[in-house]
Amino acid sequence: MPESRFSPFGRFGRSHEFWLLTVILALCASLGVANAQFLTMQNLFDLLTSYAFVGILALGLLVVLIAGGIDISFTATASVAQYVTLSVANAYGANWISVFAFAIGIGGALGALNAIFIQKLRIPSIIVSVATLNIFYGLLIFFTGGKYIYSLPDWFATGVFWFEFEWGKDTSYGVNLQILALAVSFLVTWLLLNRTNIGRQIYAMGGNADAAQRLGFHIFGLNMLVYCYMGVMAGIASLVQAQLAQSVAPTVLVGKELDVVAAVVLGGASLMGGVGTVFGTFLGLALLAILQNGIILLGVSSYWSPFFVGLVILISVSATAWSQRERRTRGARA
Amino acid sequence: MSNASTLSLRGRLIRLAGSGPIATLMLLLVALWVVFAIAIGDRFFSANTLQSMAFQMPELGILSLAMMLALLSGGLNLSIISTANLSGLTIAFLLTRYIPGSQGVAWVGVQVLAIAAGFAVAALVGLVNGFVIAYLGVSPILATLGTMTLCKGLAIGLTRGNVISGFPEPIVFIGNGTVFGVPFALIVLALCALPVALMLNATPFGAKVYMIGSNEKASRYSGVDTRAVLLKLLAGVAAVVMLARFNSANAAYGESYLLVTILAAVLGGVDPFGGFGKVGGLLLALIILQVISSAFNLLNLSQFLTLAIWGGILIAVAAVPHLGGKAPR
Repeated sequence: MPESRFSPFGRFGRSHEFWLLTVILALCASLGVANAQFLTMQNLFDLLTSYAFVGILALGLLVVLIAGGIDISFTATASVAQYVTLSVANAYGANWISVFAFAIGIGGALGALNAIFIQKLRIPSIIVSVATLNIFYGLLIFFTGGKYIYSLPDWFATGVFWFEFEWGKDTSYGVNLQILALAVSFLVTWLLLNRTNIGRQIYAMGGNADAAQRLGFHIFGLNMLVYCYMGVMAGIASLVQAQLAQSVAPTVLVGKELDVVAAVVLGGASLMGGVGTVFGTFLGLALLAILQNGIILLGVSSYWSPFFVGLVILISVSATAWSQRERRTRGARA
Repeated sequence: MSNASTLSLRGRLIRLAGSGPIATLMLLLVALWVVFAIAIGDRFFSANTLQSMAFQMPELGILSLAMMLALLSGGLNLSIISTANLSGLTIAFLLTRYIPGSQGVAWVGVQVLAIAAGFAVAALVGLVNGFVIAYLGVSPILATLGTMTLCKGLAIGLTRGNVISGFPEPIVFIGNGTVFGVPFALIVLALCALPVALMLNATPFGAKVYMIGSNEKASRYSGVDTRAVLLKLLAGVAAVVMLARFNSANAAYGESYLLVTILAAVLGGVDPFGGFGKVGGLLLALIILQVISSAFNLLNLSQFLTLAIWGGILIAVAAVPHLGGKAPR
């Protein structure tokens, strides 16, 4: 592999991830100086917990984007999975394994529906997912009347708190359901994309679908897997969110699609397919989380926080595009 | 393909429906009218129903028109709703702050100035979008995601999430008045749609928009200044959008419209990857969506069921070209 001798970090030094990491480290350093609260274990755990929902969805979307498609129906899928699963758990009783199996089943089934519409009817994925977002969400509210569920099973409301450890004087930390689910999702997605044959096929299909088909890839099967994976992630994320919120609110999840898209695309995944990494998605997520958290810790009025988030998104995407453009023109001249 | 004379009625319908998005939509609209006429009866055709339909359509219509322009050029504009809100708030702020108590020259002047300021804000956001997309090379979805959050943040920050209301009569008239029974807002929609259609179909600028949408690189090599075209287009879009918002002003209003504008545009035959689509198709799609919504309202069905049906219709219409055995493009 031809490595540049002049760049101190080799290939990594020129990658999208390197720029993101630099921005994030700079942000962390300045926030850490400005507010002692920022670089604490407490804040880290809080951040991981509150961004688990967006993070798990982002991993599902990453796989879809790499495969060359897009899905924005996942918030509706999550709402349906959450509502049905916890209604069933309330009515018939359940345990951790069965609620997760149920939510994963519903998410996977709705994802499969997307894949069938996209592949069998040959409709572009953006059209299908805009349509199914409205279908899933519309039917859910129609049948449930948009009623919230406040009473959840006791064991579910209690959650999990594993690997408890002491830090400092009298604070103890543990791995809760949100952090656990987020970590497992990252691990599984990384394994799927980097350590399996199917992962390579997903990259190849996203890079050039026609070529992949001529090589004999099972395109329908691959797409089915990808959209089911997105659905499964939506199912898991929905339970994580319900456990954190301690209630099921069918109307609050839909509308958060763009937060997830922002995290994945900031992380360097291309809407054209074939490009994107789990590490990049982690960084994109981290950037958004740290920004929003940091603005609050700096004492900026919460009314103004979206403004600064927007400003930083705009500046960082412009800077990235500008630096890549510079490199392109330099490369063309050489 | 079988001989045309032996085609069954079903086959002919499918062929007619598959002969273009406009034909498909026409057929669908007729079918819907028939179904709802049977289900609802005379009430569906009353002047009241027609007028309420005409009142509800324009806002979504103008916003969809803006989304359509962005889609045609191969982009996607997520910031249209927040831009509309921001310029609406600008107008509302100027009006409630500076309007004199009595009618007179100043009274008219402030209103004209306020609207001009609203247009300026919208155009400014459009320019920022255009600059970032065309000159810096940021993908449209990311750039407009940034401006969307920025505009919304600015609007929330300045108003603290409050609603501004209490406008003078002429401004209220734009949203609620009628001219010979026709809602003025519908006239505004027509005044937006007509120039856009003319621009797209009859000017070199329109031709360039389609070209960029279908193949940006090829257009650049054939001498079109793609950057300048994109820049002008996006600023224009934002100004159009602003019209949709004359009589309401709140930072978070109408956010759920964002995906519906995409739904309407794509239903109207606009290719989500750019380059193809007509204003006529979009208007037909808007009428179809409105007919379903109004009919469901008369039938006392939930508006959320309407959403679900809209989604189903979108999939059905998008699938039609492939039913007749036409090869996918």
